[in-house]
Formats: sequence, structure tokens, C-alpha cells
Amino acid sequence: MTAYTPVHAGTVTKYVIVESFDITPAELAVRGYEISKGAMIKETCFGLIVNGMEEEVDRIVTELRKADPDHIFIKDRGFPPGDARRCRASLGGARPGYHGIEHEMTVIPYVSHGLEEIKKRDESTIPPPKNPLEHHVLAIDKLKKLMEAQES
Amino acid sequence: MVKVFIYPATSLILSDMVARFGHTPLSSAVAIRERIQTPGLESPPLQITPEEPKKGLKWAAVEVPAGVRGRMSLYGPMVEAAEAAIIINDADLSFGCMGCARTNELIKFQLREKDIPKLDLNYPKNDEEGVQFVSAIKKFLEGLGGAK
Repeated sequence: MTAYTPVHAGTVTKYVIVESFDITPAELAVRGYEISKGAMIKETCFGLIVNGMEEEVDRIVTELRKADPDHIFIKDRGFPPGDARRCRASLGGARPGYHGIEHEMTVIPYVSHGLEEIKKRDESTIPPPKNPLEHHVLAIDKLKKLMEAQES
Repeated sequence: MVKVFIYPATSLILSDMVARFGHTPLSSAVAIRERIQTPGLESPPLQITPEEPKKGLKWAAVEVPAGVRGRMSLYGPMVEAAEAAIIINDADLSFGCMGCARTNELIKFQLREKDIPKLDLNYPKNDEEGVQFVSAIKKFLEGLGGAK
């Protein structure tokens, strides 16, 4: 066993994921570099990875989100950008965790639409979503019909 | 700001929504970051050491496989710290080996046992469900109070 000395200790890393028709990750990266004061910004195909001290990263991501608030999503990341234990440049294939983002990217257009709509609509008129814990029991009359159909 | 546990703990959408509406998301990235930024012995890729399954004994019995206990050492403290929880029930992305599957069951069980506000949802499948999904999360988080 060898000793482990962490790199970028005391920093935070955040993903900025762009699902926008109006702005590309490249444009957002340029904006990020303009306002950054010492944070590391890496451009990726799906957005940016921002690493630095917590206040600085929060300031940058808050500013970047303003470019298209309903279509830019932010999430924490454990590893710093380019970490050999996670970066696909050293591992090959998709980065672990990418599949989760890939799955959620199929749902994100609905969420973006929801974020846009709740500003326009009266929230009291929006019905609650279906409760996934509710299990519907089979109604007696439906069961009778099924039995009769089977018997006839 | 209220600490909100999100399930799946890696969810981009939930993590963003919780932070967007002024609260603190408790996600796996935070627990992993804590480990990879702590000096010690090299144990790649996640710096999970033989100590973790021992710590996991607080949340899972000794008969439970070490994989589940090791994972619980990441999630257990966050479940304990959680003051609210948002759970997505049809999250196929949290699929994994038996270690992941059993840990997911245990996390959900512990959240349901805990007396905290919880919101159960499914992923939206169309635009209208997207509006209901966002509205439900917004109302839930606003109801917690103390948003930043």
C-alpha cells in the first residue's frame, strides 16, 4: 500500500450541463473564462466542469446559469476535472456516471418545459403528479366482467 | 437552507432542482469528494478502504455483505443528516449489481422509516408531466421553508 496525497484538496467541482437551443458549451466556456478568477474550467461535449474554491465556483455557475436559466443544469461532482481515476482519456469508453446523465438528458426537455411553464401558469391550477406509491386495486365490477368473459 | 436527500443520489435533475430552489442537495458526489480529498492510503478509484464496511455496521447488520456496508458508509451519514427527501421511484439509472440494488433498497427503507417530509415521484414522460413534476418539487421545497 502506498500513501495517498489528494490533489485539489479543499476545492469543489461542479458540472454545468447545457441543454439549450440558444447557447453552446463553447460559448458558455468563453463566458466562464471571462468571469473566472482562478477557477479551472474544462469544456466538454455536454457542458463544462468547473473546479475551484467553493465561493468562486458558486459565483461562476450562478452567473453562467443566467445565460439560459431553464436549460442549464448544475450538479456536484466528486472528482476534479481530468482525474485519471475517472477521465475517459485514461480509462477508455464512457466515464462511469455518464450513463446516468445520458438517461436524464432524455427527460430534461420535459423538465425545462416545466420550468418555463410554471412562470406563465397559475400554480394552483397545476394538478399534482400521480403518486407512484399508490397501488390501484382491481375493482370488483371489473373482476366480475373478466370472470364472465372467461366463462362465456 | 434544508438538507434534502435525493434519490437516485447521483441525479442531475434533483440535484439541480434542490439547489435552484434554495436548499442543499445531499448527493453521492459530496460523499465521494470527502473521501478523495482526505489523505490516507491509496485505494483507487473511490478511496473506499477496508474501514468503510466497518463504519457501515451502524446501518447494516454484520451478515449483510461488505459491499452493502461499504456503500452505506457513504450514504448512511447523509440519510441521518437529511431533513427532507425527494425519491424518484422509477429510476432505472440506479440499476447495478446486487450491492447497489440492496443498498438502494436499504436507503429507501431508512428514508421511509425516518420522520421527515418526503416527496415521491416518477420521471416525467411528456411535457404536461414535466410541468407537474417541476411544480410538485417547487411546492415541496417552498413548504420546507428557510430557502436561500
